[in-house]
Amino acid sequence: MAGTQYRGSEIKDVDQFLKDAAGLESEREKEIGQHIGYRYDVNLVPDYDRITPFLQKYMEVMGWDDLNWLEDVHMGYEEGAPAVFDRNNNGWVRVPDSIELPDNQQDRDMIARELLIKFQMSDRHPLVALRKAYMKF
Amino acid sequence: MASVTDDDLKQMSQDERAKALGMTTEQLTGKSLYIEFDPEATERYTYPWAYDVDFNKRTEIDTDDMTTTEVNIAVRDKMKEGYGTIVLKNPRGKHSLGVGILNKLNLIIDGSCGYFGVGLIDGPNVRITGRVGWSCGENMMAGTVVIEKNAGSTFGAAMRGGDLVCKGSVGSRTGIDQKGGTIIVGGETGALSGFMMQRGRMVVCGNAGKNLGDSMYDGTIYVGGEIRSLGVDAVEAELTDLDKAWLTRKLTQYGLMPDKGVDHFTKVVAGKQLWNYDNLEPTEKKLIL
Repeated sequence: MAGTQYRGSEIKDVDQFLKDAAGLESEREKEIGQHIGYRYDVNLVPDYDRITPFLQKYMEVMGWDDLNWLEDVHMGYEEGAPAVFDRNNNGWVRVPDSIELPDNQQDRDMIARELLIKFQMSDRHPLVALRKAYMKF
Repeated sequence: MASVTDDDLKQMSQDERAKALGMTTEQLTGKSLYIEFDPEATERYTYPWAYDVDFNKRTEIDTDDMTTTEVNIAVRDKMKEGYGTIVLKNPRGKHSLGVGILNKLNLIIDGSCGYFGVGLIDGPNVRITGRVGWSCGENMMAGTVVIEKNAGSTFGAAMRGGDLVCKGSVGSRTGIDQKGGTIIVGGETGALSGFMMQRGRMVVCGNAGKNLGDSMYDGTIYVGGEIRSLGVDAVEAELTDLDKAWLTRKLTQYGLMPDKGVDHFTKVVAGKQLWNYDNLEPTEKKLIL
């Protein structure tokens, strides 16, 4: 991930957005006071040599030969904390401090995918209550 | 919320249910919910409401005299019974077949589909032996869809995840507003493919029509043939070793690997020169102040 190009600047360090939550680099970002673009490389394709046993099992259960939709899931960084964006509730889900982060984005992405699946399939996911409230048929 | 039972909820109107579950009283502050993962969460691989289906349990539905709604309800009923492989016979170009399946499933459509086939799906593996009309796989969330012949326009529009594969050629505006996932076209694609693409990957083994990737925000397009013209702010980028490995794996997976490999593919990404929505922001602030 280090060196990945994104608009106007470069992600130099896998911990860049942990050390500097604002991540203001370019003159334009400093001028408007906010970071432009993603805090991770959305185009980074997964390295399957780093897949976890849980994700391997998930692929088998679903009958998929690869990570499928999880190829688009990455560990991101919100307000200086590692987090994963959950499309099913349109919000970030934080990674607990108790989880030690690996030193590279590929391994972090695998952790993010595993945590997201466990959360989405759990009874505490907001979709469970939403379905009860709004499902029509 | 915990004190409300499912039986209580069934007696309520939708508004009452929403209030009882605390949905109209929660403060939405900022863009993030900031729920924290539970590292001890139970290891489950399907949604809590998903039907427990077995891929080895197979059934067929003859759709000849059925309406689209009847077919889609019949598919759900078969999943309830535990069937994990369902074959739809005689689809005869019906529209909206197989939409909204949120379950793991092998769905085989033996024939051709009309418009909006298998949209909004989250999980199933679909194989269509014939052709499909407009907007196949629209808003697809997860799973795989493989079409053996050609597809119409707006193939995979607003797609969010999964693999959508057409082994033949597709019409124009393929992957318009694509937000994730992978679209693979074995043949050619028409004009304005990847228009306003935001994330995900598109692979075209043949030629691409004019204005490829016009106004794309992000995402990646790989083209094996000729590109008639690039759209506004779409630029060529270097094909990396990771790209090549990914392309080789995906194309091999669907039997579309070219004899000459993937080194000849052109990679197209967003130039990001149109990301100027923030340009006016400082001016607006000054005007307000």
